[in-house]
Amino acid sequence: MIRAGFWAMGGYARFVWPSIGFALSVLVWNVWSALRHQARTLVRVRRALQMARSEES
Amino acid sequence: MPWFFVVAAGMIGYGLVDGLVFAPPDYQQGDAFRIIYVHAPSAWLSLFSYSTMAFAGAVALIWRIKVGYAVAAAAAPIGASFTLAALVTGSLWGRPMWGTYWAWDPRLTSELILLFLYFGVISLRQAFEDPARGDRASALLGIVGFVNVPIVHFSVYWWNSLHQGGTVMRLGKPEMPGSMLWPLLAMLCGFMFFFGAVLCMRVRGEILLRERQATWVREAVQA
Amino acid sequence: MTPRRKRLLVVLGIFGGVSAAVALAVVAGRQNISFYYVPSQVALGKAPIDKQFRIGGLVMQGSVRRKPGDLTVHFVLTDYAHQVPVKYTGVLPDLFREGQGIIAHGQMGPNGVFVADQVLAKHDSKYMPPAMAAALKKNARFKPTT
Repeated sequence: MIRAGFWAMGGYARFVWPSIGFALSVLVWNVWSALRHQARTLVRVRRALQMARSEES
Repeated sequence: MPWFFVVAAGMIGYGLVDGLVFAPPDYQQGDAFRIIYVHAPSAWLSLFSYSTMAFAGAVALIWRIKVGYAVAAAAAPIGASFTLAALVTGSLWGRPMWGTYWAWDPRLTSELILLFLYFGVISLRQAFEDPARGDRASALLGIVGFVNVPIVHFSVYWWNSLHQGGTVMRLGKPEMPGSMLWPLLAMLCGFMFFFGAVLCMRVRGEILLRERQATWVREAVQA
Repeated sequence: MTPRRKRLLVVLGIFGGVSAAVALAVVAGRQNISFYYVPSQVALGKAPIDKQFRIGGLVMQGSVRRKPGDLTVHFVLTDYAHQVPVKYTGVLPDLFREGQGIIAHGQMGPNGVFVADQVLAKHDSKYMPPAMAAALKKNARFKPTT
C-alpha cells in the first residue's frame, strides 16, 4: 500500500506487526479499563451514600 | 485532561507513521528495529509509572497526604500494563535479532521482577479488609520495590548482559541519527502524555472512593 | 521527634535495609548475575569446567569455518586479550557474522573447544541507515558491533 514491501518489514513482519499491535492494544486497554473503573466507582460510591442516607433516616 | 489525550494521539500518530514508514532501516537489524518505537516507550513508562507510584505512596505514608494513596492506586495497573508491553514487544524483538524469545539476562529478569512487584502492590492493597491499611501496606511495598528501578536501568552497565545499553537514555549524544530519533522521541512524549491522561481518569475515581464521606463527594456524585 | 519525622525515618530505614540486603546479595552473586563469561575468564580458568555456562565475545575475523553440507560451524570468540574456539551445530541467528558480538551457551569440551548448544547474537545500542554504515566503514573508523 504505502510502498512495496512495507507490510513485509524486510521479512520480519511476523515480529514487527504483532509487537505494534500488542502495544496499541495495551493503550486501548488502559483507556477502556480507566473508563470501566470510573463507572464502577460511581456505582459503588452512590450505593454507599444511599446506604448511609437510609441509616440516617 | 482531554487535551492530554489529543496531544498524545497526535504524537503517537506522527511517531508511528514516521517511524514505521519514513525512517530508514537499520544497517544490521533491517526493519526489525522498528519495534523500538513501541518497546522503548513502554519500557520507559514502566519505570516512570513505578517511580510515580512509589513516590506518591511515600508522600502519603510519610506526610499523611492522602491523595498520594489515590495516585499510587491509579498508577499501579497502568504501569503493570506498560511493563507487560515492554516484555512482550521485547521478546518479539529478541527472537529474530538475538535468536531467542527469552533469556535470564539481568535487564529482562529485573523487568520481570518489576511486573511481579506491580502485581504484589495491587494484590496487597486488596488483601486487607480495611482499605486504609491496604493503602499503607501497598505504599510500603511500592517504596521497598523501588530499589529495582535503578537495577533495571543500570543492569546493562553493571553486568555482562545480552540486552544492550541505552541509545537515548544515556550521558552523551543519542546513538541514532535524526531520521530515526525524532519519531522515537515523539513516541516517548506521546506515551508520557497518554500516561498523564489515563492517570487523571483513574485518580478521580480513586479520590471519590476514599473521600466518599465528604459532602463535596455527595454533591459531585448526585450531579 | 515529630510523628512525621519518625514515619520518614521508619520508611527510610526499611528502604535502606532492603536496599542493603539486595546490594549484598548482588555483590555476593555478581558472577552468577552476569549473563556470560568473557574469553579471558575462560582462558584463565575462571569458568566452570564440568558445568554448562555462557561465553560472550566477538567473532574473530576469518575464523568462521563450515564444511559444505554440514550444519556444524567452527569459529573463534575473542575479547582482544584471549581467544576461545567454539563448535556449534544448529541454526545461527540472523545477526551472526564475523566481528559480531556473540553469546554461546554450552560446555567446555575436550582439547579446549567450547561445544555450544545455543548461539545468540548481541548488538550494541547504535542504530544507523545502511548508507551511513557503508560510509563509516569506508573511512575505516567503524569498529565492529559489540
